[in-house]
Amino acid sequence: MSDGAPLLELEGVSKRFGPVQALDRVDFAVHAGEVIGLVGDNGAGKSTLVKTIAGIHGADEGTIKFEGRPVSIAKPQDATALGIATVYQDLALCDNLDVVANLFLGREEVSTGAGQFSRQLDEAGMEHQTGELLSNLAVTIPSLRSEVGTLSGGQRQQVAVARSLLGEPKVVLLDEPTAALGVAQTAQVLDLIRRLRERQLGVVVISHNLVDVFAVADRIFVLRLGRPAGEFSAEQTTEEHVVSAITGVGQEGKKQ
Amino acid sequence: MRDTLRRVVQGDLASLRVVLGLAVIWAIFQFENDRFLSAQNLTNLMLQITAIGLISVGIVYVLLLGEIDLSVGAVSGLAAAVMAVLNVKHGWSPYLAIAAAIAVGMAIGFLQGSLFSRFVIPSFVVTLAGLLAWQGALLQVLGSTGSINITDPKITGLANTFYSDAVGWVMAAAIVAIYGAVLFVSHRRRLAAGLEAESVATLGFRFGLVAVVTLVAVAILNSDRGVPLAVLILLAFVVGMEYVVRRTGFGRHVFAVGGNAEAARRAGISVNRIRIAVFGIAGTMAAIGGIMAASRLLAVNQNSGGNELLLLAIAGPVIAGTSLFGGRGSVWTALMGALVIGSISNGMDLLALSSAVKFMVTGGVLLLAVIVDALARQQRSASGRV
Repeated sequence: MSDGAPLLELEGVSKRFGPVQALDRVDFAVHAGEVIGLVGDNGAGKSTLVKTIAGIHGADEGTIKFEGRPVSIAKPQDATALGIATVYQDLALCDNLDVVANLFLGREEVSTGAGQFSRQLDEAGMEHQTGELLSNLAVTIPSLRSEVGTLSGGQRQQVAVARSLLGEPKVVLLDEPTAALGVAQTAQVLDLIRRLRERQLGVVVISHNLVDVFAVADRIFVLRLGRPAGEFSAEQTTEEHVVSAITGVGQEGKKQ
Repeated sequence: MRDTLRRVVQGDLASLRVVLGLAVIWAIFQFENDRFLSAQNLTNLMLQITAIGLISVGIVYVLLLGEIDLSVGAVSGLAAAVMAVLNVKHGWSPYLAIAAAIAVGMAIGFLQGSLFSRFVIPSFVVTLAGLLAWQGALLQVLGSTGSINITDPKITGLANTFYSDAVGWVMAAAIVAIYGAVLFVSHRRRLAAGLEAESVATLGFRFGLVAVVTLVAVAILNSDRGVPLAVLILLAFVVGMEYVVRRTGFGRHVFAVGGNAEAARRAGISVNRIRIAVFGIAGTMAAIGGIMAASRLLAVNQNSGGNELLLLAIAGPVIAGTSLFGGRGSVWTALMGALVIGSISNGMDLLALSSAVKFMVTGGVLLLAVIVDALARQQRSASGRV
């Protein structure tokens, strides 16, 4: 865990959908070079919290600070502009396009020289950058020109994470990155998350899988029914503590 | 060899599959009638497929989005009628009349694309309504006579101009030289970026293939009337539009929207703008095809753009391997599909078979092509590929 001021800080953030209080005065912080596991039961508000940070829906109350400055995140572009990247569970990849095309989707680079008059894509340049980025992240893909639909689930997840890094973000939000992956593929993705930490990024991992969370997270932040229900250092706590915070059963027992 | 065979079956080499299919069709017709592969008949074949091939170029774009445009036949007829009326009845210059016709096709395409994306109506319904409406507009524009003969040499020249042998050879040399230069430059660019590049042998093979095909085609055309302007127009649009879809950001976005529209939207691509532009392209290409058809027929009548034109223009790219489900295909399938369909039609005419047989055989070939495509897709997903 790193010290100093947090990269991203939420104070008293609330969000209400009609009668449902999805988030209730949540305080949450991410530091550079830190992986936070965001856990909680279904409907605990994990996705709502991530979507609030990502600008999918704005917060009703509370303040969000980025690098110490209060900011307003009303739409996804605001989050992107600040340097917050989100990888959703469905990955949003185009299966019919190759790895390079997916990485640069929506921000394709145009050739310099004669090609620029016909708006020709700089395929060689984009492939070169893709190769560098993936090898920096130690991601191995059989061919950068293979269609993403032909890749394994773990490789697809790694492509989606790598794509989020192209915009040089400071905070990366990962929604269930290891769901539906096999053992070996999960290990690859967790390795990739550790390398994001080495790059001094703030990483938030939503997961149902506590084994994966303990394997990679520095801190574990528990939400229950929209309220913060505990924050643990991954090294100094046990799965039982976290489970009881998630379900609320153990805590109520303690209170009495 | 075995591996290559498997890849052909699985659709990696869908283009090779079409070439093989075309070779079989040509062999059968040549066996039945030895005039089929004569220079004269092959030239006729090329002239016959120009209009439908041009319309199919626009259809490929629509298919890449996973959509369909049922109005292209009617739009081609209407655009041709607009050109004929402006030129013949109102005395407009041929260039202005052609430009107006293309503008009409483009405007119709933009309109249909906007309706489709604004109201989220299935594209086949919007363009089905278009099919009816533009057919009505065609009758309206033609007026009481119902038919207009075109005599302007500039317009009739589009489909009836043939270049001399020398000009044909110069064009062949230019095509081969440009292709070689493109191969060379992109090869060097990949090497400069430190990327894996194709071996010199592969490059040489591709260059040799294109050179041989070009030279043989020009030799055949030259031994009849010469290279037709119509073929150049068709080729220029196929190559140009393939470049746009394969090498530019716009084309990349067309593939992305066809593959996963939600992913494209989240990547910041304006999905609706892509859709409207693609339907605009379909309308434009339909108009250009209609103009070429009118030029060849020397007239526009109430049947222009009607009959089976629409269905064949859609069937062609599908036969040649462009997916009906979006995200997969190439503009070359417009040309190859038109060649397959045109060869069947032309060959049966030579054998003096009735249109009844023609329709049934063409339908059978379309069905066969779609079944082969579906089998290839199943094979791909069975081997863990999408």
